[in-house]
Formats: sequence, structure tokens, C-alpha cells
Amino acid sequence: MKTKAFIPLLTFMALAGLFLYMLNQMNQGEYNPRDIPTEFIGKPAPQFSLPDLYEPTHMVSPADYKGKVWLLNVWGTWCPECWREHDYLMALQRRGVTMVGINWRDDAAEAKSMLARLGNPFERIAFDPDSQAVIEYGVYGAPETFLIDSAGIIRVKHAGGMSEQVWQEKFVPHLGG
Amino acid sequence: MMKSLIVVISLFLGSAAFAANVEVYQFEDPAEEKIYKELISELRCLVCQNQNIADSNAELAQDMRAKTYDLVRQGMSKSEVGEFMSERYGDFVLYKPPFNAKNAVLWVGPFLTFVLAIWLMLRTIRARRAENETASISDEQLNEAASLLTKDKDQ
Repeated sequence: MKTKAFIPLLTFMALAGLFLYMLNQMNQGEYNPRDIPTEFIGKPAPQFSLPDLYEPTHMVSPADYKGKVWLLNVWGTWCPECWREHDYLMALQRRGVTMVGINWRDDAAEAKSMLARLGNPFERIAFDPDSQAVIEYGVYGAPETFLIDSAGIIRVKHAGGMSEQVWQEKFVPHLGG
Repeated sequence: MMKSLIVVISLFLGSAAFAANVEVYQFEDPAEEKIYKELISELRCLVCQNQNIADSNAELAQDMRAKTYDLVRQGMSKSEVGEFMSERYGDFVLYKPPFNAKNAVLWVGPFLTFVLAIWLMLRTIRARRAENETASISDEQLNEAASLLTKDKDQ
């Protein structure tokens, strides 16, 4: 009888403990309520055909990169997190990582001037002012980065800025295949 | 007086015109327009997650409305457009998600909890009733009670 009286208290403490644990995990960037589970991992990268930012007569398409392992990065000059990750993208480029950009809902002149100032880590940049490719890839915020393997399959999707930690934890394990 | 009234009224009209500052799409087929209107009220804006794309002014919502319009004009049915969006953004984009293995717990959970609660309640009631019925009184206790009652009478 005496032990029964403690059941509500124990239940409360167990719940409080669970909430505390989840809060801690959320502060460390896990279980972000804004994260949307992606439908794309293991599926073929959607196709698009968009004009190149620098050379509008040239169409950029994921099909051009078949046989390569490459990153697709969605960015815009209006996105502060994109400025923050830019240095790291430059570092990845120096390590020989092939990157293609999707310049999302941006002004072409501003995009070019940002790249002129900070460097251009991309092999090609698809200019996407009205979210054509962005909707195809289920992107809802910038920056977002996809890892696409040599068979054209999406291996990783990362919403948020790139950094050494993200690269090591999320991308490197998938580079072998 | 009249002048200021007109000014006030036109201010209201002005704000109404401003609030309706959403792109207008032309439909040749009223059925398509109906599908479009239903769709934009049932698709979630992924930027401001508690609004549908009809209510949201976010740029992505504008572009999703444009995409929805294109798809409807291409002759896609309502469920086909829903599938198109959920293939890209997951079931989360649908305000009326379909019943499937992934979210079955959410659909069935409340009913299961209800049934469980009813079952627990019935069990408790039955147990209590059984307790009351079998509450046995020994002969000693009966005698004691009887003697108490007769004592009362004597006095």
C-alpha cells in the first residue's frame, strides 16, 4: 500500500527526467522541431535544368554530374547562415570536393558580387529565382546541402550551415560508396 | 464631417485592397479553380509551419502556390498534386495526411487509449462490486449486533 502511494511521484519524476533529457538534446541540435524528415535519402536526385548564373545560355542540370560524387548546395545572398558557411565551402573546394550551387530567389548581380568578394566554391551555379529546383528537392530553407553519389542517388541531406563537424559526422561516412 | 468620413472609409478600403495583395490566377475551368483553392488551404507552408500556403506570405509559399497552379492546369487531380508535394516535402506538408504505417499510431492511438480507459474502468467497477458482495460477516459479529439491538430495546 505504501509503495502504491509513490507511483504518481515516480511517474512525475520519470516524465520530468525524460523532458529534461529531450531539452538537452534539443539544445545540442538534435530533434529540431523544424527539421522535416526528408523523403529523398536513397532516391535518385530530381532533375532540373536552369540557366547558369554567369552564363545564362548554359543550362545546369544534375545529369551533367553523373559518375561523380558531388554536393548540391542551396544558397542565397539574403541568407545569413549562407554567409557563415561560405568559408567552409571554400575549404571543401580546396580539398577537391565538386560543388554545384543553386542560387535561390536571389538577385543575379548581388549573388555575383558576394562571390567576387568571398570566392566562388562552385563549379556551376544554377540560377533559381522562382524555386523551380528548390521545390523539386523539397527545400524549405537555406542553406541546404545534398550529397549525390556517382549513380545519381541522394545519400545525405543537411538543412543548415556546413561545418567541419557536420562534414565529418554526416557526410564523410557516405563518401566511400 | 462628410469629408473626414470619406477619408476614414477610403482608408479601410485601402487596407482591404492591400490585404488582398496576393497574386490572382486565372482558370478556364471552375473545377480546376476549386481543386486549386482546396489544395492551397490544405498544403502547409514549410517556412511558417502553422499556416497553409493560402494564408502565408512567405516567398516559398508564393512559389508553392505557383507550382500548385501549374500542376492543376496540367490536369493533375487533387490527390496527384498532394502526392507530388508529399514526395518532396513528406506527409508533413499535408494538413490532411493519409493513413499509413508511419503515422498509424497517431490515428489509432486516441481510440486505443479510450478503449483501454473504458476497460480499466469496467474492471475496477467489477472488482469493487465483487468485493462488496463477498463481504462476509461472521456469526460472532451477527450475534454481537443482535445483542446490541436487543440491549437497546431493553432500555
